[in-house]
Amino acid sequence: MRVLMKGNEALAEAAVRAGCRHFFGYPITPQTELAAYMAKRLPKIDGVFLQAESEIAAINMVLGAAAAGARVMTSSSSPGISLKTEGISYIAGSDLPALIINVQRGGPGLGGIQPSQADYWQATKAPGHGDLHILVFAPNSVQEMVDTVQNAFDLADEYRMPAMILADGMLGQMMEPVTLPDEGEIQLPQKPWATNGHGGNRPRNIANSLYIEAAELEHLVRERFARYAEIEQKHVQVEQIGVDDADFVVVAYGATARVCQAAVRAARAKGIKAGLLRPITLWPFPTQAIAEAANHVQAFLTVEMSMGQMVDDVRLAVNGKVPVAFYGRTGGIIPTPQEVLEQIEKIAEGGQA
Amino acid sequence: MAIVFQKPASLTDAPLHYCPGCTHGIIHRLVAEAIDGLDAQGSTVGVAPVGCAVFAYNYFNTDMIEAPHGRAPAVATGVKRVCPQNLVFTYQGDGDLAAIGTAETVHAASRGENITIIFVNNAIYGMTGGQMAPTSLPGQVTQTSPYGRDVKTAGHPIRVCEMLATLSGTAYAERVAVDSVPNIRKAGKAIRKAFELQKQGAGFTIVEVLSTCPTNWGLNPVESLEWVRTDMMPYYPLGVYKDITAGEGTK
Amino acid sequence: MSTQNTTRPDLNAVLAGFGGQGILFMGKAIAYAGLLDGREVSWLPSYGPEMRGGTANCSVCISDEQICSPLVTAPDALVVMNQPSFEKFVDTVKPGGVVVVESSIISAKVTRDDVTVHYVPATTLAEEHGLKGLANIILMGKLLAATGFATRETMADTIAKIVPAKKAHLIPRNIEAVELGFKY
Repeated sequence: MRVLMKGNEALAEAAVRAGCRHFFGYPITPQTELAAYMAKRLPKIDGVFLQAESEIAAINMVLGAAAAGARVMTSSSSPGISLKTEGISYIAGSDLPALIINVQRGGPGLGGIQPSQADYWQATKAPGHGDLHILVFAPNSVQEMVDTVQNAFDLADEYRMPAMILADGMLGQMMEPVTLPDEGEIQLPQKPWATNGHGGNRPRNIANSLYIEAAELEHLVRERFARYAEIEQKHVQVEQIGVDDADFVVVAYGATARVCQAAVRAARAKGIKAGLLRPITLWPFPTQAIAEAANHVQAFLTVEMSMGQMVDDVRLAVNGKVPVAFYGRTGGIIPTPQEVLEQIEKIAEGGQA
Repeated sequence: MAIVFQKPASLTDAPLHYCPGCTHGIIHRLVAEAIDGLDAQGSTVGVAPVGCAVFAYNYFNTDMIEAPHGRAPAVATGVKRVCPQNLVFTYQGDGDLAAIGTAETVHAASRGENITIIFVNNAIYGMTGGQMAPTSLPGQVTQTSPYGRDVKTAGHPIRVCEMLATLSGTAYAERVAVDSVPNIRKAGKAIRKAFELQKQGAGFTIVEVLSTCPTNWGLNPVESLEWVRTDMMPYYPLGVYKDITAGEGTK
Repeated sequence: MSTQNTTRPDLNAVLAGFGGQGILFMGKAIAYAGLLDGREVSWLPSYGPEMRGGTANCSVCISDEQICSPLVTAPDALVVMNQPSFEKFVDTVKPGGVVVVESSIISAKVTRDDVTVHYVPATTLAEEHGLKGLANIILMGKLLAATGFATRETMADTIAKIVPAKKAHLIPRNIEAVELGFKY
């Protein structure tokens, strides 16, 4: 059955239905409804909602709950995520699974509260100090956000690493019809590594990210990167609309991809062979799909709600074969389909956007 | 042959890395004895700090987590909310607890979080080589207060038990020392009592232990113990600062 | 007025007014009607400080196809309930579009001649008919008549669904308000 739900609330309900019973967070716009929903929902199903004293405390409560074996999450928005990066690094360094939601707003600093995609670099390149990656998902609709939640939890568990859903103020605040997954019993994976009391039945478990011996640390990081390589092989998600016969391909993710889809449609109506390539996972990034498209298109246009961050990865994937133009709005401004269409037309005419 | 003395089961065989004369070892033993005494080794989760005790996860023979600097009470909160039946403790130094982790400490106490903090106060940052701590005494010479702690510019040392005793969520707060055999006995009892109260679901419990740092104080072990008595105790008086069971006949 | 034919028109609407006038609720009602009709819908509110005492607005889209951008920058329908919103949005309406103006609050007139304008003194009408607080629903009724974004039957079902259970006694009055606006 389709119901009308706000993105933030749909994320929360999807998490509940994916078996999450522990939420730790701190209030921040524009993700507030997510925490408020959890505060209402979790106590009724023997879950735990805890409003922490800070973003830092919240992510460390997530660390503790994850170490104890729970399917656990937190949510925040850009400035709050910056505060959480310490904890995210420790969670990654301790090989613990957790879900972090970033309903992005404009930055830097306190920035604004309107939608933004200016945390791409943070999420995909440096979600904390050290050599690490986290899974980063960028859904573009309320339904896809719902569908992403369980997958994010499952992959985080499978690979014992943090996962992030990189949403934005528009996706968080908007309402769309969604079909929620059934509210059945979720079979969560066994976590024999959990620090929840050994009961005298097994060797003691330690959740730790400290390795004083350099060689030991290097070995562990390399082992982790071998896991990352497997993820890059197996778990890239990308949507391609009209890319096969396209002369010009727009690359965009999340809410921006929807704007671009309208622009691409309008371009096709005007006889321009445009396509849309939408990364659904930002890490792992769909490098292969872009490289393949680069073999037959004339040019790419990357569109973001930022001054240009993902465009770096698009250019690395294209590797100089064809031009990659960029168009962005920032500070909380959402680009319009008309603006994007103009950029596509400019490129199609042979000029650079 | 009767065994009259042995290592607590809740300590591993790993040799401690602490400096000669440091009383961390005694405190580790007291914590382990308290866990053994409650037969709780299998249900205990300990949280190690950043600081001299960072390797505590190597020493306690229980499940352990190594927390980011100052965040142990938040990490312990996460564990306890998932496993309320477990005995959950943090083991933190003064920099970890009373400087970078003050917020986590105060709010765990104010929530009445049902965990126990073992707070080791030796008035200095040991691990990093002897910098001024939030609990360094007025006039105390450290690497970062080379002319002595000037309270006009560096502020006053924080009396943690006194502060936390004001919070409604705190069930038990006691300051002890491990400078003498009688005091070690009292410290052991305090830790045991804190764990028992946690088992009963009483709320937040903390035992502050005055400890030594001969290396960074520039004193020998005997002088260090004496310094605890002559300099620390006047500023940090020993005693029970809060005990919600005090009126109930248990002393 | 029936729109029960095979090609139902898309709606890309902006609703705007003061916080507290029920702008966001009106938007939810329109979106819900689209949902009940089995169509694709989106509702995107303005959010943040402007909600607290200032202006509120939302974008609502209904379509038989997937909705690309839920942010409506060139609406084909506009409902305005205060002067600042009138000034901000009237020029953004697409030629051929519909503008519904709360004329008991806004005295200005639309000077464009390429849009259809409906002046509805909704607050006054509401008071006259004992429907205080339902000016937004009256305007929605007019929008329904002017654009046919749903049928009147769907709208009545919608009202029954979205009025909270605790306020179920208000359902008939809300339906009356829709009808009042529809026929104005």
